[in-house]
Amino acid sequence: MKKIVAILMAAVLMVLCLSGCGSKSLTLNVYNWGEYISDGSEGSFDTIREFEKWYEETYGQKVTVNYSTFASNEDMYSKISSGAVSYDVIIPSDYMIARMVEEDMLLPLNFENIPNYEYIDDNFKGLYYDEQNQYSVPYAYGIVGVIYDANVVDAADADGWNLMWNEKYSGKIVQFNNSRDAFGTAMYKLGLDVNSHDTADWDLAYEELLTQRPLVYSYVMDEIYNMMESGEAAIGAYYAGDYFTMVDAQAEHVDLQFYYPERTNFYVDAMCIPKCAQNKELAEIFINYMLSEDPAIANAEYTYYASPNSIVYNNETYIEDMGEEAMAVLYPEMGSFSEMYNAMSYHNLDKEMLDYLNTLWENVKIN
Amino acid sequence: MKLSAKIYSGIIFCFLFAPIAVLLIFSFNEAKSLSVFSVFSLKWYKELFLDRNTLGALKNTLLLAASATAISTALGTFAAMGINKLRSKWYRAAMNTVTDIPMINPDIITGISLMLMFVFVGRLFGASTSLNFGTMLIAHITFCTPYVILQVLPKLQQMDKAMPEAAMDLGCTPLGAFFKVELPEILPGIITGAIMAFTLSLDDFVISYFTAGTGFETLPIRIYAMTKKTVTPKMYALATIIFFVTLTLLLISNVVDNDDSRKVRDMKKEKKRKEK
Repeated sequence: MKKIVAILMAAVLMVLCLSGCGSKSLTLNVYNWGEYISDGSEGSFDTIREFEKWYEETYGQKVTVNYSTFASNEDMYSKISSGAVSYDVIIPSDYMIARMVEEDMLLPLNFENIPNYEYIDDNFKGLYYDEQNQYSVPYAYGIVGVIYDANVVDAADADGWNLMWNEKYSGKIVQFNNSRDAFGTAMYKLGLDVNSHDTADWDLAYEELLTQRPLVYSYVMDEIYNMMESGEAAIGAYYAGDYFTMVDAQAEHVDLQFYYPERTNFYVDAMCIPKCAQNKELAEIFINYMLSEDPAIANAEYTYYASPNSIVYNNETYIEDMGEEAMAVLYPEMGSFSEMYNAMSYHNLDKEMLDYLNTLWENVKIN
Repeated sequence: MKLSAKIYSGIIFCFLFAPIAVLLIFSFNEAKSLSVFSVFSLKWYKELFLDRNTLGALKNTLLLAASATAISTALGTFAAMGINKLRSKWYRAAMNTVTDIPMINPDIITGISLMLMFVFVGRLFGASTSLNFGTMLIAHITFCTPYVILQVLPKLQQMDKAMPEAAMDLGCTPLGAFFKVELPEILPGIITGAIMAFTLSLDDFVISYFTAGTGFETLPIRIYAMTKKTVTPKMYALATIIFFVTLTLLLISNVVDNDDSRKVRDMKKEKKRKEK
């Protein structure tokens, strides 16, 4: 009996060892937002599988992509900074890239391996989070706009951020349920700098949010989808790409419309290689692949977010697939994106300001 | 009184099952929305079976739960037998407390401390990445084992201690006595413990989240990551399937249980008749 047990245990150990060092093929670990890549559902392009196929055909070597997802920049940050995992490609948002650069967590990219970078619009180069274009390749961007139900709201009232403070629609308005975005709406409305270091500016925005408080139906994040689709709420602010997701699912008696206030929030998500990467060159090849025609277009169509890639937004099939209205919303005519972006997007606040902001925010919600 | 009791239990059942009913209904919705039901369709079930990543996560989750259950059930049973044999009252109380710690500890503390330990040990051996399937399995075994002990220990205490001794008196080896006498006695406890371990491992999020390595994504982690945008109705379909599978398992185990207790009742009746 003892012998049998010993043999069994030895066998288990053997299997564990073999599975540990058996695989000789390359692996690439990719860490991205959930639902942020074309994954082959509903007959779409399966980006990851296609990359594996393409790589094997081009380089004659098998590659396995381990694709995992995160729900927020902070989740991703804590996972990477724990030092217990190694990802080769990550796709964080702008302010998080700035923070990771500051903390020396990213590797400078070798753009010789990313020739497709030339397709990236010049407006998306030299943005504040990566002024020298060393660490990041933009993946998608978005602009916050106001969404309203035209069956409830008079189109004449659709006037910048004022609509979200319009007493006529008391109890029909939803506001962001996170401090930065909620204060952002008030600060854009008042013409204040959203990255202000002056507590007086934040106090002004706080007063503005208190005035809005009695009109607000609910403070929401992704619950906004269901509330707007069903007509439960009629006015809310969210990202342009997500507006189309809502329109796709809206109820019969709801007619969602969208517009940009003059001053509003911009964000960019970009592909980076963290310090813990195991195979930098392969990661660069992957980033380059993501910029090539088929995957770039498929991803832009799947996520509904605007692409900074010129082969996407100039592609005729893409323009046709998206439709005139969507193109007008996703790629609004404006002056220089980089100028507006650098002036109006959220930058990383220092800890003191963040604490102050969070105290104010708690007061808004308690009052 | 009777009416109010009925209404009360009606409300309770409503609260318990309404969310599942909503999920079930909307998994058959043609549209993507959770608020507008358009047409009945099996579209999301089809999508689910075409979604390589979700099926991969499901496979990972099941693999992890099955291995964690097997190991923690064996470990927990042996531990319970050991604890049961302890003579010293203090020592036994101490052992009980120690095994209870992973159960009482908030998940987030267990998760973080396990992660830190894995990172520390990994660094000690010079590994660049310390989290993988193995670490996740260890973490799951850690929090599953106490539940198995909790289920098996009472069965051991209920058992007549003279029985294995009698078996050995009659020529059984200690191992034989264990398999022929003790094991059948405590088997219900082991099975309940195993089922608990399996369900706990299946739906654990917090601890898995901290101990998951690259590329091994379990279902709860994957669904959580979807909340930035919307959770796709594919997940409703998946949840519906899981719900029905668990329901079937539950029904089967109840039927088996009933059979068991009927057998016991019959045996007792038989005994009484013979005594008469």
